[in-house]
Amino acid sequence: MKKTLIATAVASCLMVATIPAHAQTVSDNEVRIGVLTDLSGIYSAIEGPGAVLAAQMAAKDFGGQVLGKKIVITSADTQSKADLSSSKAREMFEKDKVDMIVGNVSTASALAAMEVAEQFKRVSIVNGAASLQITNEKCTPYSIHYVYDTYALSRGTGKAVVDSGKKTWFFVTADYAFGHTLERDTTEVIVANGGKVLGGVKHPINTTDFSSFMAQAQASKAEVIGLANAGGDTIGSVKQAAELGIMGSKQTVVPLLMFTSDIQALGLKQTAGMTFTEGWYWDFNDANRKFADRFMKEFKGKAPTSVQAGVYSATMQYLKAVEATKTDNSDAVMKQLKSVEINDGLFKGKIRADGKFEHDMYLLEVKSPGESKGPNDVAKVAKVIAAKDATLPLSQSKCKLVTN
Amino acid sequence: MFELLGITPQALVSQLLIGLINGSFYALLSLGLAVIFGLLNVINFTHGAQYMLGAMVAWLGLTQIGDWIGVPGFQLNYFVVLILAPLLVGLFSMLIEKTMLKRLYHLDHLYGLLLTFGLALVIEGMFRHWFGALGNSYPVPELLQGGLRAGELFLPYYRLWVVFLALIVCFATWYFIERTNLGSLLRAGTENPRLLQALGINVPLIVTLTYGAGCALAAFAGVMAAPIYQVTAVMGSNLIIVVFAVVVIGGMGSIAGAIVTGLGLGVVEGLTKVFYPQASSVSIFIIMIIVLLIKPAGLFGKAN
Repeated sequence: MKKTLIATAVASCLMVATIPAHAQTVSDNEVRIGVLTDLSGIYSAIEGPGAVLAAQMAAKDFGGQVLGKKIVITSADTQSKADLSSSKAREMFEKDKVDMIVGNVSTASALAAMEVAEQFKRVSIVNGAASLQITNEKCTPYSIHYVYDTYALSRGTGKAVVDSGKKTWFFVTADYAFGHTLERDTTEVIVANGGKVLGGVKHPINTTDFSSFMAQAQASKAEVIGLANAGGDTIGSVKQAAELGIMGSKQTVVPLLMFTSDIQALGLKQTAGMTFTEGWYWDFNDANRKFADRFMKEFKGKAPTSVQAGVYSATMQYLKAVEATKTDNSDAVMKQLKSVEINDGLFKGKIRADGKFEHDMYLLEVKSPGESKGPNDVAKVAKVIAAKDATLPLSQSKCKLVTN
Repeated sequence: MFELLGITPQALVSQLLIGLINGSFYALLSLGLAVIFGLLNVINFTHGAQYMLGAMVAWLGLTQIGDWIGVPGFQLNYFVVLILAPLLVGLFSMLIEKTMLKRLYHLDHLYGLLLTFGLALVIEGMFRHWFGALGNSYPVPELLQGGLRAGELFLPYYRLWVVFLALIVCFATWYFIERTNLGSLLRAGTENPRLLQALGINVPLIVTLTYGAGCALAAFAGVMAAPIYQVTAVMGSNLIIVVFAVVVIGGMGSIAGAIVTGLGLGVVEGLTKVFYPQASSVSIFIIMIIVLLIKPAGLFGKAN
């Protein structure tokens, strides 16, 4: 009897505790979105301050409020470091009462923030980070991978290059998990499409001089030199390949992860004709151009990167989901986000059960200096890669949300 | 034998040359550090930032200065900045020495190290803020474009120019300090500054000029590096640790040691990149550990 009483008391207390959470539509009377990104470090050009602007633009375009509550955008700098990402995410959830974090460039930082978001049961949308792990082994019920992943990069670029008749490859790979995965995935694609890998070299991250590796790649006589690295390492590889006279020879340099901002930093002279895969390109259609024009006006004339456009679109979709479900409760919002078809002009597709946003990808070709009409006009879309070809089939996913 | 190693003789020669080229950068940078440490007893952690400033001046001179002074199209070409950038950076460094570093001479080395390290962070942070993290590309000067091709071997003219120039500058610096009268005054200043002052020599001026010259060497290396590497705010901080290892291996303050070990370690690193590339970023530090165990004062250093 006594036990039942206590049990009832506990149960009623719990009910009291849970009722407000359901009754209250929006927590803290505001919908708060935190842009957790690299504002000053190595990946700040890819996501960074441009992502904060993109989120602010989305909030403004939404009318500044949702369900009659104000939309507040805050930001924090992770410098692409996992420990900072984790502590800043915690600070955002605890102190700033943020309902959703968006941004998350660099895989290690993104995974760290996703873990904290899962603990707090808040939504985390990953834009800048590349690894397939985000929606595979490391997926969480509250995370979404929005713009691209390593699977899309290897399928997109790898297949297109082999199909164009260039069958033999040599890899220059960054010697850590990301590089190894990218090389492995791309090798699978090459072999499956009748190509062959002649060899490769693994270099330490943040190498200054790549000429030695490029000379080895040159000596291998492979038709394609595949770069399974990122950021400064990719820039260094391309620059020194050009110096050794590889550009314009029979060999082609193919960066597997590259952003339009990297091309701008290198200049078109050294990169003309190179192909790479992106999740979005500003000069692809009118809707993209219209968004890019508005963005450029506020961002010193710089066109948005795919990742920055992704932050705009993701913020917009989140706000729409809050409006539709009439709450900022993460479980409800996630359910809504995974159930609707997304088509906002910039991105079109569907968020799957594992959190992967399945949408078309684009194979871009860098323009020659003669073709380019301005500093932002760096590439043209050579091919649209269908969403299903660029995404790991759900049946092969190791994500705990779909395997159980 | 070459078949055993899995590499053709031609490929090996080209890798050795690439190593030598990187070695000449190490030599030039560690030379500046050795001069500053040998004559001022300052561990100059700003060296990487000063190297970056040299490259930045080159890039700004080529692409930005025209707009700044309102004459679009005005450019300072590579050969002009090769002289101008070291001068500017040297002057800037002398300002640092006069206003800040000078006050720390009577304290432990550690204070100079902390000051210069802090300054490096501030300078690099500012340039990253102004010019972004990805940096900019600087083209190889037209005169030095192209290269020599002999079978598999391709040597860009620009790299040959770098080795040639670096060796000349290294030799000239060594000769100046070790073989001229003014050089002997400098060395006397480190041994016994008071006695030298008593002989009517303006020692503080010599110290300031020496610091400026050491930093100008870094800027000179920076300009030479601009066409090879991406010009970014952090290009120096990536290199400075390796260069410090070179100085330690050569023997702190030994000028000949800095030059010889710089070149030698470039070659060693180049070979590691062929035979076990994963270890290329640590090979120099492994050598450093071995050298310090066997000869704590460094290969060319004098034990106190």
